[in-house]
Amino acid sequence: MIALLKRDLRLAIRAGGGFGLGVAFFLILCALVPFGVGPDTSALQPIAAGILWLGALLACLLSLDRIFALDHEDGSLDLLATSPLPLEGAVAVKALAHWITTGLPLIVAAPLFGILLHLPTAAIPSLLTSLLLGTPALSMLGAFGAAVTVGLRRGGLLLSLLVLPLYIPTLIFGTEMIRRGQEGGATATPLLFLAGITAGVLALVPFAAAAALRVNLR
Amino acid sequence: MSLLAVHDLAVARGGLRTVEGISFSLAAGQALILRGPNGIGKTTLLRTVAGLQPPVTGRIEMAEDAVAYAAHADGLKGALTLTENLHFWAQVFGGGDVAGALAAMDLAALADRPAAALSAGQKRRLGLARLVVSRRPLWVLDEPTVSLDAASVSRFADMVRGHLGQGGAALIATHIDLGLDARVLDLTPFRARAAPAARPAGFNEAFA
Repeated sequence: MIALLKRDLRLAIRAGGGFGLGVAFFLILCALVPFGVGPDTSALQPIAAGILWLGALLACLLSLDRIFALDHEDGSLDLLATSPLPLEGAVAVKALAHWITTGLPLIVAAPLFGILLHLPTAAIPSLLTSLLLGTPALSMLGAFGAAVTVGLRRGGLLLSLLVLPLYIPTLIFGTEMIRRGQEGGATATPLLFLAGITAGVLALVPFAAAAALRVNLR
Repeated sequence: MSLLAVHDLAVARGGLRTVEGISFSLAAGQALILRGPNGIGKTTLLRTVAGLQPPVTGRIEMAEDAVAYAAHADGLKGALTLTENLHFWAQVFGGGDVAGALAAMDLAALADRPAAALSAGQKRRLGLARLVVSRRPLWVLDEPTVSLDAASVSRFADMVRGHLGQGGAALIATHIDLGLDARVLDLTPFRARAAPAARPAGFNEAFA
């Protein structure tokens, strides 16, 4: 499994791997919003949490179809399925690799982008915590969507339609946590919900995704 | 002892049965060549034996994790070097000697090149070298000689002979003569009869 993780990370970093694309997209989105709604703090501050989380969702979505599609095209997925590695484990590792290459850079960059959107510094800790707890669920749910659409030509759009609704709970509690942090309220409730959703997703989705892959490989 | 035993197997592709009533067994040191016209179901049969799809009827008996499967796609990453590609599969399969496998397919001189820079025949040779590092006893090969030149075909045949000599077995679908001392199974007589109209190969296949 470590070998698979290393290979996926290496592929992401090499030319054409798409490492950093998500962050660049996130940056552009956060830079465009002040042009759209105006640079006033009074206009930007209330929507900053929502924009940051939406940006993270969409940036995450960008690279989802690569999780399995490339391996399916070159036949590696067939070989992985016949290898001693359990398919559930392969799914989990590939989702982890996606998170490291997409989610983690987003988290590191988010405080900086928060400044672009006039997010008060008091909300930065809750922004970081909410992303740290929420983005693993995004990668894992995305891996499920990618597994369902793996054999399809141009499956990217269908993938977005399948996966975005699944992101709603994470989005709700993620933004709620930042909003409360912004107002200096107690963030424990959305934090626990966010952590609970992620824990549930991490525990259950690898099995669903592996089952979907097995059907698609037939 | 028998590495693979297939009893009365029927396989289906896209909900339609392709071949049925197939029985054979492979002992250590044996190879079986599958022949038959295009579309008869050689690939489907091999995928079923490799465990990538369930049989419609019949049984497949073999040890768990015995199969090394090689199909039309080689499972290579163009951005990785030859050594990195093989090393990855060696780690996944818990196997073997990367340098030796490269040498066996005459790829040692190219070891540090990215796989994207290889020709089609060289990629195929790298795909076949993967079989060696997988250290699996049963090789299931789907037209392994596509895009290989004559010298590479004979090198590949030597590799298969070596594998059989070490107590392995091979199930190979191919149209050319590899010069192996192997039994040949022609699939033509096993072509599936026209299926009953309503439910070609089980209702659930519609959802697969």
